[in-house]
Amino acid sequence: MGIRERLSGNEAVALAMKQINPDVMGAFPITPSTEIPQYFSAYVDNGQVDTEFIPVESEHSAMSTCIGAEAAGCRAISATSSCGLCYMTEMLYVAASDRLPITLAVSCRALSGPININNDHSDAMGVRDAGWLMLFAETNQEAYDNYLQAMRIGEAVGLPIMVCQDGFITSHAIENIELVEDEKVKAFVGEYKPQHYLLNKDEPMAVGAYATPVYYMEAKRQQAQAMMDAKDVIKKVGAEFGQMTGRTYGMIEKYEMDDAEEAIVIIGSSAGTAKEAVNELRAQGKKVGLVKVRAFRPFPAEEICEALKNVKSFAVMDKDDSFNGHCGPMYAEVTASLYAAGVSAPRGISYIYGLGGRDVRVESIQRVFGELGEIAKTGVTGETYRYLDVRE
Amino acid sequence: MKWKASEMTPDVKWKDITPGCNIFEGGTSCTVETGDWRTMKPVLDADKCRQCLLCAPVCPDMSIPVKNGKRGDFNYFFCKGCGICANACPFGAITMVKDEK
Repeated sequence: MGIRERLSGNEAVALAMKQINPDVMGAFPITPSTEIPQYFSAYVDNGQVDTEFIPVESEHSAMSTCIGAEAAGCRAISATSSCGLCYMTEMLYVAASDRLPITLAVSCRALSGPININNDHSDAMGVRDAGWLMLFAETNQEAYDNYLQAMRIGEAVGLPIMVCQDGFITSHAIENIELVEDEKVKAFVGEYKPQHYLLNKDEPMAVGAYATPVYYMEAKRQQAQAMMDAKDVIKKVGAEFGQMTGRTYGMIEKYEMDDAEEAIVIIGSSAGTAKEAVNELRAQGKKVGLVKVRAFRPFPAEEICEALKNVKSFAVMDKDDSFNGHCGPMYAEVTASLYAAGVSAPRGISYIYGLGGRDVRVESIQRVFGELGEIAKTGVTGETYRYLDVRE
Repeated sequence: MKWKASEMTPDVKWKDITPGCNIFEGGTSCTVETGDWRTMKPVLDADKCRQCLLCAPVCPDMSIPVKNGKRGDFNYFFCKGCGICANACPFGAITMVKDEK
């Protein structure tokens, strides 16, 4: 039985970091993730961890610090949000292509402009093609649990991993949480023993090679394989975590999907709101369900096809916009997955919602299901690119 | 898996490239021909050369070998034809000419 506590999402992640006791943290503060390095630096100062804490002058340097440390053979971590994640972008690609399993906590926040510090997923979605594994949390508990599993996953396939949660909504709200005992965490996460590392005096090596056109594509093909291989690892680690805690994790979570005729696909904290909407509609006899995407990278294409293949209509909820003139980014991936698998019967629409901290209420999600009911009945999708709760 | 730079040939398959293209030996720049995109090349006139060695340290690569205090002829495997050596020479012993291949 774990330890009952009440913590904010940021505190929970900082505590997970303390329990793991990594070697190096390079970090620069930015709302709403600032608390993570803030709490963690207190653990460093108190001597509760022996992590080398490197307060850098920018997020670009924070990620560069992690790259150097991880290549040297250390477990390196950081935390950021919003523009900070953007500013890291150049180095995010380097971390992934150098195959360094760095762990980055992201408290998701809107991007400027207009300037806004509240939650949406524009920051994380903006770097979705950087080659990082990406897990998203619905609750504080999931933010903590995902963090404990992250290093196992990243280190197994040699890819860096982002552990995302919703800024303020879970990062600052305090919830009941069940923690895992320190010794169990240490045993579960284990020691980092890289096969090759720069500080190994017996094996000289060069990291960060230049690859001409003759080699670059082969290197990328191998990187793509690591991302594909990660799916099995995520499921295996999630199952093992379940054996330890009773909380099992996979690529997606299906909620009331068995006989669902209308479904929404959603990511992050709004899944909790949407579950409440599903409960109320189910009580009225409506056959509605929800698919929560936990692992966005690698993308759970097969799992989503399996979950949606029998619905009549679905909406993919994107808490950010691709500004491509026709849909949000997750809608594009969901429909691409369905098309590639030959699933063409369900009618799908793209909803952009919750931008810049716009409140997402149970009634909002019920309105989406109302639209889906109409589409299921008539078979007419109408406009597929929609904004939810925007003043007309 | 190909661990050495010399094993990284244009035939290498994606499964055999090391993760991150890491190379497991030192001094691998010796194996890279940086001189293959040269358009001009320096030519040494040994009669004019006084062995002052002002040219050797200004070479950005390792195209001017120095042995026993004396420079030898150019190593064109590395020479990009930048012409810095020709500009540094006080005696007009280095001439830049078009590189015919």
